[in-house]
Amino acid sequence: MRESAIPLSALRERIALEEQGRCTAMRLPVASGHAGLDGFMEGGLGRGALHEIFAKKRNDAGSAAIFATVWAIRTVIQQPEDAQALLWLRSAEAERQSGRIYAPGFVEYGGDPETLLLACARNDIALLRAAADAVRCTGLGAVIIECRGNIPLLDLTASRKLALAVRDSGVTAFLLRIDAQPGPSAAHTRWAVRPAPSVPLAANAPGPPVFEAELLRQRAGPAGKIWQMEWDRDRRQFREAGQEKALSGIVVPVPADGQMADRASERARLTG
Amino acid sequence: MRLAAVDASAAALGTTVGLSLGDARARLPGLEVRDHDPASDGRWLARLADGCVRYTPMVEIDPPDGLILDIAGCAHLLGNEAGLATDVTKRLVRLGMTVRFAFASNPDAARAFTRYRPDGTDEAAMIQHLPIAALRLDPQSEVGLRRAGLKTVGHIIKCPMASIAARFGEKAVTSLRRLTGEADSPLAPRQTLPAIAVERRFAEPVARTEYALKILGELVAEAGRTLEKREAGGRTFAAMFFRSDGLAQSLAIETSRPLRDAQAAMRLFGERIEKLDDPLDPGFGYDSISLTVPVTEPLSPAQLKLEGGRTHETQIAALVDRLSTRLGRGQVRRFRPCDTHIPEQAQLELPAVEAGAPGQWHSPETGEPPLRPFQLFDPPQPIEVIAEVPDGPPHRFHWRHATHDIARAEGPERIASEWWRRKDMKGVTRDYYRVEDACGCRFWIFRHGLYGTGKRMPLWYMHGVFA
Repeated sequence: MRESAIPLSALRERIALEEQGRCTAMRLPVASGHAGLDGFMEGGLGRGALHEIFAKKRNDAGSAAIFATVWAIRTVIQQPEDAQALLWLRSAEAERQSGRIYAPGFVEYGGDPETLLLACARNDIALLRAAADAVRCTGLGAVIIECRGNIPLLDLTASRKLALAVRDSGVTAFLLRIDAQPGPSAAHTRWAVRPAPSVPLAANAPGPPVFEAELLRQRAGPAGKIWQMEWDRDRRQFREAGQEKALSGIVVPVPADGQMADRASERARLTG
Repeated sequence: MRLAAVDASAAALGTTVGLSLGDARARLPGLEVRDHDPASDGRWLARLADGCVRYTPMVEIDPPDGLILDIAGCAHLLGNEAGLATDVTKRLVRLGMTVRFAFASNPDAARAFTRYRPDGTDEAAMIQHLPIAALRLDPQSEVGLRRAGLKTVGHIIKCPMASIAARFGEKAVTSLRRLTGEADSPLAPRQTLPAIAVERRFAEPVARTEYALKILGELVAEAGRTLEKREAGGRTFAAMFFRSDGLAQSLAIETSRPLRDAQAAMRLFGERIEKLDDPLDPGFGYDSISLTVPVTEPLSPAQLKLEGGRTHETQIAALVDRLSTRLGRGQVRRFRPCDTHIPEQAQLELPAVEAGAPGQWHSPETGEPPLRPFQLFDPPQPIEVIAEVPDGPPHRFHWRHATHDIARAEGPERIASEWWRRKDMKGVTRDYYRVEDACGCRFWIFRHGLYGTGKRMPLWYMHGVFA
């Protein structure tokens, strides 16, 4: 028994080394631009990997969807080759519940709608089958797979298959889990995203989107950290929330604490 | 209710078309009655017409119950005209139909001979014996002709054309000339000739689907070789499976770029077959399979990348074709801009297999936060809103069983309706607000209408969700 145990662990190490070698050979991680996150995750989000993004509550769905979108935009602009296309896969149910994908809005977040492809599947099985095809297509830069609810089909095996496929093809896949609870999965990272109050502009207008992103899990890495991330559309990168303003220059900085916010909201109502 | 059609045995017992149902039942208590369904009859006739493509590509439907086949140069395939007629009759009788047929040198005459069965040996004599109903005139002219004692086409032919035209209109003369073959009466075939058509006929019906698909693979490869010679690729491929009982099943695929790779085309056919609600049913077997490529586009021989593998575009095109075939044509989409202010109309979602040239999108202003949501509700969802002053931004709203207290708001952004496109030059203006609630959720909501302009209070709607 003892004799066989040693070669077994040695073999495991060798396999791990090979896997690492194969997947990281030429792929730099996707840097977010957010210093804290990039430092913590050693450069950023893994390219050619599967990432799960959870919206645990219904109200978080929009935020999680855009978090995935802006990460996908980040992924394709840092793509070394010209694989710029972005595929959004969703089910017909998602189309009804969370509204249509709106290309003029995609522009507002820094994306190019000409590279955006949308595919709607009738049900979850068709969705996962389409996803299995999409992640093998090396012409794509990123794939976003929008699932609603806890899907029994999307178990450890299914996610492992997706993870292996993206490792081979180099496509970065984002598994958007709306209204779902984390279960076993082979994803590289797992996030929970909530919206956070934005840094207001003049007259208490809502500012650029801020996400409260919690890194729930990271394969072979530390986890359990929360960042407040603001998306800077013009530079197409994340930054620390509220760090900013001097850069864009048009805005009166108003701290988001209680009293000031109240006074400011009065002003906004008058302007309306 | 009246009888719309009667079969031969009912006619022999004295019922006629137009007889009221009550009378008919009184005369024949055992009368079997079915509802008249012209739409289904039309579909069935169209199906038969598709099946007749096995004899000639020129098939015209002659509603409500006729088919006109142009068999010039086609009859020898089944021996002669009589052989062809026997084949048609055999197949249709097997389907339980009553068939009448006639041959003539032009479609109008053939149609009239089939329906009125005139006496005579040669065509000219038969035309002479046709009743004037064969001219298909309006009832008034027909009655007029009959009252004038002109009961057969032979009577009219003898009259001077000018007087006929003066009394019964030009149409009478035209149909007369068409009937005699003096004027052309072209057929409007149901199918245009495809650029490429290949077909395989079997001595014995093929009852196994796998074998039929293998044959289809050979046909696709054959079409691919022809396409390669022409330096073209197919955008659509249509396969027809002709069953020995006269039914024809069609199967079509569509690609986003010209394609002549047999393997890729067969993969798409595979996806297509998998998607069928009821699988391919060979019944008593297929007796021929044909493949047509109706739409082709130029496709030069492709240069592969130096290190092997294909370019990104071809890979994405292959993925799009696959998903479009499997999920449905309209389910894989690309976005195109549309020049309008109305938010929900500002984008077109086109099937990715046919989306044309890229458009020019409005680029956002530097330094502004996103002003349009990423997900848009279409139609907008009604919400209940409390505002401090009627025209002011909302203070609190209720949406999907939850109350949202608004912490920040910007607006209104006023978007008027496109009154210049409306007949009454009116339309309801919308006031859009970008709002953020206490949790940080950002929404795009609007008030539909202005206070004091309409009778009702304006309603509020949720139109989209920001991050």
